[in-house]
Amino acid sequence: MYKYNDFDAAFVRNRVAEFRGQVDRRVDGSLTEDEFKPFRLMNGLYLQLHAYMLRVAIPYGTLNGAQMRQLAFIADKWDKGYGHFTTRQNIQYNWPKLSDVPDMLDALADVEMHAIQTSGNTIRNVTADHFAGAAGDEIADPRPVAELLRQWSTDHPEFQSLPRKFKIAVSGSENDRAVLRAHDVAVQVVEQDGQRGYRIFVGGGLGRTPMIGKVLREFLPEADLLPYVEAVVSVWNLLGRRDNKYKARIKITVHEHGIEEISRLVEDRFAQIKPMFGGVDQQMLQEITAHFAEPEYVAGGTAGYDAYRAANPAFRSWSDTNLAAHKNDDYAIVSISLKAHGATPGDASSEQMRVMADLAEEFAHDELRISHEQNVILPHVHKADLPALYNALRAVGLATANIGLISDIIACPGMDYCALATARSIPVAQEIAMRFDALKLEHEVGPLKLKISGCINACGHHHVGHIGILGLDRAGVESYQITLGGDGTQDAAIGERAGPGFGADEIVPAIERLVLGYLELRHAPDETFLMAYRRLGVAPFKNILYPEKAEKNAA
Amino acid sequence: MAKGFTPKVVTANALLEGDAVWLTIDDTWTRDMREAELIDDAAHADIRLIDAQKRQDEIAGPYLADAKDSDAGPVPVHFREDFRTRGPSNYAHGKQVELK
Repeated sequence: MYKYNDFDAAFVRNRVAEFRGQVDRRVDGSLTEDEFKPFRLMNGLYLQLHAYMLRVAIPYGTLNGAQMRQLAFIADKWDKGYGHFTTRQNIQYNWPKLSDVPDMLDALADVEMHAIQTSGNTIRNVTADHFAGAAGDEIADPRPVAELLRQWSTDHPEFQSLPRKFKIAVSGSENDRAVLRAHDVAVQVVEQDGQRGYRIFVGGGLGRTPMIGKVLREFLPEADLLPYVEAVVSVWNLLGRRDNKYKARIKITVHEHGIEEISRLVEDRFAQIKPMFGGVDQQMLQEITAHFAEPEYVAGGTAGYDAYRAANPAFRSWSDTNLAAHKNDDYAIVSISLKAHGATPGDASSEQMRVMADLAEEFAHDELRISHEQNVILPHVHKADLPALYNALRAVGLATANIGLISDIIACPGMDYCALATARSIPVAQEIAMRFDALKLEHEVGPLKLKISGCINACGHHHVGHIGILGLDRAGVESYQITLGGDGTQDAAIGERAGPGFGADEIVPAIERLVLGYLELRHAPDETFLMAYRRLGVAPFKNILYPEKAEKNAA
Repeated sequence: MAKGFTPKVVTANALLEGDAVWLTIDDTWTRDMREAELIDDAAHADIRLIDAQKRQDEIAGPYLADAKDSDAGPVPVHFREDFRTRGPSNYAHGKQVELK
């Protein structure tokens, strides 16, 4: 894991001290809210429906046990004993008091964390494949690149006042687990003729105008990465529509100017700035890469795991859904579900955080990840330790066997917390999970990604859910619109609107109808919801959702 | 009451806690919306909002929200404002427990 150097540590401390002064001046009335707002946003502090909200960056979703334990400490000392993990691999505290925030930031700095650039029109927290460094299908760990981008983008003088926010994701695999194609820029490690390089995507994004990112460069040599990404942001910084917030994101710029023109401008700019980098970026990358050495794997048999699996059906079910293949055959990647049926997606109590911190230290080479799907990952667990790990997780309600199933729902905070929301998300997620748990059907239904956003900004990624739900305000009433066939992987697709919205009391029955209907439609149990949708198209699913209309059409 | 005007309350977030507060007729901030001043005149509403905007060291983000009268005092019209009087639906946090 990356370890702060003296420069990093001093920078973060200085920022906390600066913000402490700004908070003091706000509290004593010297600063108005309008004057203060840009400062608080630079430090991840929002004002929401019921309280302030502090959004803490977890760079590329990686943290160690001590950091997780500190997140628990902060939750207990200054919040209400829990935190909410988000689709950008951040953690949000929902109840901080303004005057406590500088102390919270100091406590974060104690463990090399911060909330810088988790808001505002800047380059945001760089996200990564949550299996990075562990996945069997990976060309290289993309996190050194993510860390390089984090250092480069933090306080970058040219990019502190961009046309709008800018989101970067990285991955080292062809299998896209980081929703690369829904990012402003995405970097994928690739190999060509034995050479390591990057595929660069540009112009993806969700929100009110969802777009799938396009390939800007099929193969970028390793040494060109930083000047090239700087060229992209620089071109957009000039062209981006500052006149209209809804057209300011780079996806619109790419759409308006065309990928060829953007590519030409980027290459021109790149040629201009590349000589200025002089190799210092590569030297830094080399130093950073040393921090991400593979763990020292423990040798040893996995017979105990196999025996426990055979003997314990609940453990077998959990290991079937919550484990992924590690590049070391004796190891597994463990996904800890933060989606217990009826719980708030992405929330963890301070007790749960402490248990996960302990388990990471004991069983997982002291590493944890936060996934964009709002779960926690232990990337390196020896299979012999899985039974003990499972039982420890079970004791604190963290052994739900539902990763990738219908109750593993992404949900934004929605109108239970968020000032921008147009409807609630959390209760819908809770009810759907409870309903399918009661039906005892979700394992039979199989892989199904359901994602819920409480407004058009799409923090809940509903556009790329196999089933997406968008909460809207229709004439003063919560209304939920369903989209179908979205996909956030390498086969990315934007879901198609199924039809008119459903009321709050209609949405759960509608989802139940839809999923039961799919079970009738699929031609074999291994045809997933998304595969059936791609084979059959939207029509039969619309008929299931709107039976009255289907009958009328048939008559 | 002016025709076609939906009555209003002035509401904001408290500066330190960030929670919802409402302006009362005697110029204090209350955490119980039912104690707020219900304004049924557009011009008066504008003046009260300006009054609120001057009180930057107490609150942030004041605005006028639709409300209606009840036996207990002003109550929200829109569900968003209703949530602000209670707190989130997933935990017993916020005003739904603090006001008891």
